[in-house]
Amino acid sequence: MKKKNNLKEPFVRIVKRDNIKVKNIILIYSIAVIGGLLLSGFISMLFSDKGLFDFFQSLFEGAFGSDRKFWLLLQDTTLLLGASMALLPAFKMKFWNLGGNGQILVGCLSAIACMFYLGGKVDDGIIILIMFFASVFAGALWAFIPAFFKAKFNTNESLFTLMMNYIAQGLVSLFITIWVKSGSGVLAPIQYGNIPDIGNKYLLPIIMFSLITIVMHIYLRSSKHGYEISVVGESINTAKYVGIKVDKVIIRTMILSGAIAGLVGFVLAGSINHTINTSSANNMGFTGIMATWLANFNPLIIIITSFFITFISKGMTQVRKTFMFTNDSISNIVVGVVYFAVIICSFFINYRLVFRKKEKEEIKK
Amino acid sequence: MTITFLMSAIAIGTVLLFGCVGETITEKVGHLNLGIPGIMCTGTVGGCLFISLYLNSLEKVESASWIMLILSSLFGAFLFACLTGGIYAVMTITLRCNQNITGLAITTFGNGLTQFLMHSYVDRSNFSIAGKIIAKSLPFAENSNGIVKVLFGHGFYVYFAIAIALLTNFIFNRTRVGLNLRAIGESTATADAMGVNITRYKYIAILVGSGIAGFGGVFYIMDYVKGSWENAATIEAFGWLSIALVIFSIWKPSVSIIASYLFGALYIAAFVFGNISFSGREVLKMLPYVITIIVLIATSMMNKREHQPPASLGLNYFREER
Repeated sequence: MKKKNNLKEPFVRIVKRDNIKVKNIILIYSIAVIGGLLLSGFISMLFSDKGLFDFFQSLFEGAFGSDRKFWLLLQDTTLLLGASMALLPAFKMKFWNLGGNGQILVGCLSAIACMFYLGGKVDDGIIILIMFFASVFAGALWAFIPAFFKAKFNTNESLFTLMMNYIAQGLVSLFITIWVKSGSGVLAPIQYGNIPDIGNKYLLPIIMFSLITIVMHIYLRSSKHGYEISVVGESINTAKYVGIKVDKVIIRTMILSGAIAGLVGFVLAGSINHTINTSSANNMGFTGIMATWLANFNPLIIIITSFFITFISKGMTQVRKTFMFTNDSISNIVVGVVYFAVIICSFFINYRLVFRKKEKEEIKK
Repeated sequence: MTITFLMSAIAIGTVLLFGCVGETITEKVGHLNLGIPGIMCTGTVGGCLFISLYLNSLEKVESASWIMLILSSLFGAFLFACLTGGIYAVMTITLRCNQNITGLAITTFGNGLTQFLMHSYVDRSNFSIAGKIIAKSLPFAENSNGIVKVLFGHGFYVYFAIAIALLTNFIFNRTRVGLNLRAIGESTATADAMGVNITRYKYIAILVGSGIAGFGGVFYIMDYVKGSWENAATIEAFGWLSIALVIFSIWKPSVSIIASYLFGALYIAAFVFGNISFSGREVLKMLPYVITIIVLIATSMMNKREHQPPASLGLNYFREER
């Protein structure tokens, strides 16, 4: 009898789920998001005398409180959307591009360089045109380098692209020391080569990256390239067997990826900041990874996830004010907790738990 | 000048060495832990928190004993880093979440938590005194100079880091536990078939690895900068550099000792040599990353088996999946 007990089925075991209804996916994600936010609310309450209601109220107020805040929310959402679109094709190919920050930053840097050197000498329209090509080229180049070595020598791309981020940051500080003679390390906004407003000053990225999202959706879904990307992502051996040139696909896709990241840099430099510092990319290379991955690589769902991520970070600025936290670190904690909640729920989408049945039930069967 | 430079290079190298050895241990079982920067941050705040608790329990701060300061910082750093690493471990081992994403989330969270606790809950008023006590070296080396100073003039942590790196190297290459660890990293399914308890090994490796990484930050704050605190971003940057260092040292803890001092020298050169221009300094700061990339490319081009990353690095293991 005792021996039998030792061989008992484990109390709970994990079983892979094959297909899960969309309804359930949405349900799981909603629970995760609400749970994560509630948890963050409680954490904020711990360190302050304000209540849970204040937390959610300020969260919404920070994101939607005024016209300007709302437009900013939309603008930042679409910028993040742009960054995510840059990362998406690479990720779909299972190329772990952690270098989004660097690619955006070099795009930004090239645009600013054009503004700095050509400003006042050439017509603004021409500067903007040159800026556009320079940014796209720089971003593409920054992505091409790791892609080339991945394709030829199978060099680990996640570490390579990570290092490229730091080199991009280094280049930015290098050029700032060259440009800013006073040694203050802060580049004043450049008046030349600013992209003119269309409608209002927030509208350009909104229109541009919404369009790119739609095009990307079609590209990945209905073009031959999109098909090749997903085959390479599923299995490189299958891709080789079908006759896809894997090297070519990796390099081509990464160039596209980097070019879009460069475009984000172009908009940041030309339309929004008109200046640059080492954190100009606003960490979008990493938040973009989150947005892409949480949306399970679906361009249309990325719209929702990037909106949500921007909403939290915007809302948290207000929460910080209401709860009188002296530093901005609390928003990192909250974002981290919400990420945890959402990442964990991916487990429940891919797997399910099977509990041990009582012996009696088994006998009945 | 040269002495200060070498001393600083070794000190910065020690910060990186802790992070690098910790990350190597987790990578050996096939887990690419991008949360190491965050874990180093929480380790820092853990160590600092316990030191401040100890200091506040004393009547006179000057009477703080060296051994208690070392123990409380070690314990606090290990505990906090382990807890943060524990989140990563549960999410990637048991729940099989994507390692890259989880790691990035850990880094965001760890950075925020550290910044927050450091500002609001850690009493840093007596840290400069505690820092001086912790940084104490052997008595004969204290007033010496030249090579003796460079070799023996450091605080406890520097030698502790070397000891950990050598011990890890020994365990990896000379013991059955190490063999099993490496087997898991190369081919988890094979190790499973061998009868190795995958889950237990992975948990212990990640927890211990995280704990070790946590020492790096507390050493930097208490020993190198003697208790001053700017922000978590400094520690986070060390964390990313440590991850680079793992590649540079081709996953060998013994190599990582020399490699981390080299990185430390490159990192500190930008600050120590005052006579170079600002732009020259920026170029120097980029060097460690450029060199890492070159090593990364070189090792992949040579395609030598013993220089490759663990084969199942970044892949989660689910036994029922083939």
